[in-house]
Amino acid sequence: MGLTVDRRDSLDMTDTGTVHRRQHDLDRDVRLKAIREAAYNIRMGVLEQGQAQGEGYVGQGLGAADILAVVFRDQLTYDPSDPEWEGRDRFLLSTGHYALAAYSAFAEAGIVPREELLTYAADGSRLPMSGMSTYTPGMEISGGSLGHGLTLGVGHALGLRAQGKDAKTFVFFSDGELDEGSTWEAAMSAAHWQLGNLVAMVDMNGLQADGPTGDILSNEPQEERWASFGWDVHRVDGNDPVALLDAFDACVDGAQATGRPHVVICDTRVGAGVPLLENREKLHFMRVEAEDWPVCMGQLTHGYEAAAAAGTDGKVA
Amino acid sequence: MTDTTQAARDTRAPQADGTDAPEKAQAPKRSAAMIASIADPGVPTTSAPLGHALVELGRADERIVGLSADLAKYTDMHVFREAFPERFFQMGMAEQVMMGAAAGMAQVGLVPFASTYSVFATRRAYDWIALDMAEPNLNVNLVGALPGLTTGYGPSHQATEDMAILRGCPNLTIVDPCDAVDIEQAVPQLAAAPGPSYTRLLRGKVPRILDRYDYSFELGKAKVVRPGTDAVLVSSGLMTMRALLAADALAKDGVDASVVHCATIKPFDAATVVRELDTPRAAFTLENHTVVGGLFEATAGALVRAGVRAQVDPIGLPDEFLDAGALPTLHDRYGLSVDSIVARVREKVARG
Repeated sequence: MGLTVDRRDSLDMTDTGTVHRRQHDLDRDVRLKAIREAAYNIRMGVLEQGQAQGEGYVGQGLGAADILAVVFRDQLTYDPSDPEWEGRDRFLLSTGHYALAAYSAFAEAGIVPREELLTYAADGSRLPMSGMSTYTPGMEISGGSLGHGLTLGVGHALGLRAQGKDAKTFVFFSDGELDEGSTWEAAMSAAHWQLGNLVAMVDMNGLQADGPTGDILSNEPQEERWASFGWDVHRVDGNDPVALLDAFDACVDGAQATGRPHVVICDTRVGAGVPLLENREKLHFMRVEAEDWPVCMGQLTHGYEAAAAAGTDGKVA
Repeated sequence: MTDTTQAARDTRAPQADGTDAPEKAQAPKRSAAMIASIADPGVPTTSAPLGHALVELGRADERIVGLSADLAKYTDMHVFREAFPERFFQMGMAEQVMMGAAAGMAQVGLVPFASTYSVFATRRAYDWIALDMAEPNLNVNLVGALPGLTTGYGPSHQATEDMAILRGCPNLTIVDPCDAVDIEQAVPQLAAAPGPSYTRLLRGKVPRILDRYDYSFELGKAKVVRPGTDAVLVSSGLMTMRALLAADALAKDGVDASVVHCATIKPFDAATVVRELDTPRAAFTLENHTVVGGLFEATAGALVRAGVRAQVDPIGLPDEFLDAGALPTLHDRYGLSVDSIVARVREKVARG
């Protein structure tokens, strides 16, 4: 592609008329169809990035695609033509190595050109392997040192509220980050400050760098822990768009008045949507042979089309 | 905190003009002097200059917010809290979320000043300083109290290596103020500068000495506060006060010592320091910090890079975990007192 790093410099605070707003006024079936389509596109973008680089955090990206589809296609308010528009909701990616999934969601949202995904992790790309705010339009924070995202989210939510702004802050982090004490500092802080404008989502894919999460450091029961900290808690199948949509709607519409921060604990499957990857040994950094990428893409498309034809409710089979 | 002297001082209402009478005598060398005022005899003090400077700044700029990690009273942040309760955020004894929240607030358009003790800011929350403030170059201003050896509590509270930890952090401005004058003038400049900063806070009854000289704080600049022909003392932080008092004492012996104050440790004003050390005068650096990784080594690096050959003696803390005890005793023991500076300079000048 030959793209060079073009650090974002937009300071335009005006609404250019291209704002994407939350879709809650639309018919539920319309919303779910759009989410399912977005999830397919995000997954395909993840595979394209993995193929271009020959490796990457593909399994995690596929697993998180439905969450990102709900957030970017349905829940978030933002202006794709001006990622720094002051009125936007904030989406913070704490889990820096999930960047390829976020880039794919940015492409789906129109924040970065779709073809730019092919520069993923390449020299000079705006899309480094670990997400950084200084490289990529739409990337609000530099994640990667895990356990930071929710602490930053507390500041975003507190700061926005202090300025009288009703924008919401969404924070994405993974189950591995539940090991970090800072996550729980932030959990306590968000409840203390009654940050009803904060929505956290935890990708419970059960996989950490050294192996299955349960073997590394036990973190259950999650619902009780968050509830005891004072959060509004939802636990869902993170690869079920219906359940995800209901949970996020409940966070944004339902409990906001209580002033409790919200968490959606999402049980996801590494490699979801691509049986070849979903059914093999789960590894933090998955290697895929060159000849397998087209197979993965074919499986993804087949599953999406079959689900659409069957009229199932958007859930990845 | 069990130190009753300190607690009494911190809960006292700030004075209208913020100025206190000169200290009449050195604080007694007992355990209550663990966090004694670092003001030397004859030096007047100002109460909570950071807090008052922040209030003044906050009146002019509504983006200014304060945070603290359960140490507002002990970092002079309580003055700001009382003036602007809705703009002060008590984050609890949770330094990581305080740093993260300060960075997040800066990202949404506020200008935070966040305070804790230097040890906790640098040792416990460095990952947040580096990645959430410095890498995105956000205007977050950290304030660390008890820098270097300004408490006798022992290594848990003595931030003897805070500058060594932070000097390697790109984008981060490091300020080591001498006194209340420096702090009052630095606060608005730090808020106006775009990137993150770390200030080594002097709190409570803070000495006021630089207004005796033709001096003003200028972010990024070292200043010749006092000229002198026999010796040159390159100093930062409270050691500039000690250097100026030492120079007064040396003058009585006919030794004319210059004092070069490096209030900004990073970016380091190498040009001024190298120019002042490129002379045959007896040369010293003075810092309230380990001699590893602070002013001495910043100076040494500047001299080597400029190709200037100079013999410079470091006056600073040894590369070891320091004793607990009464602060004046410890400053004598580790060579930070005026008397020990005078002795070192006199000996070197006499050696020629």
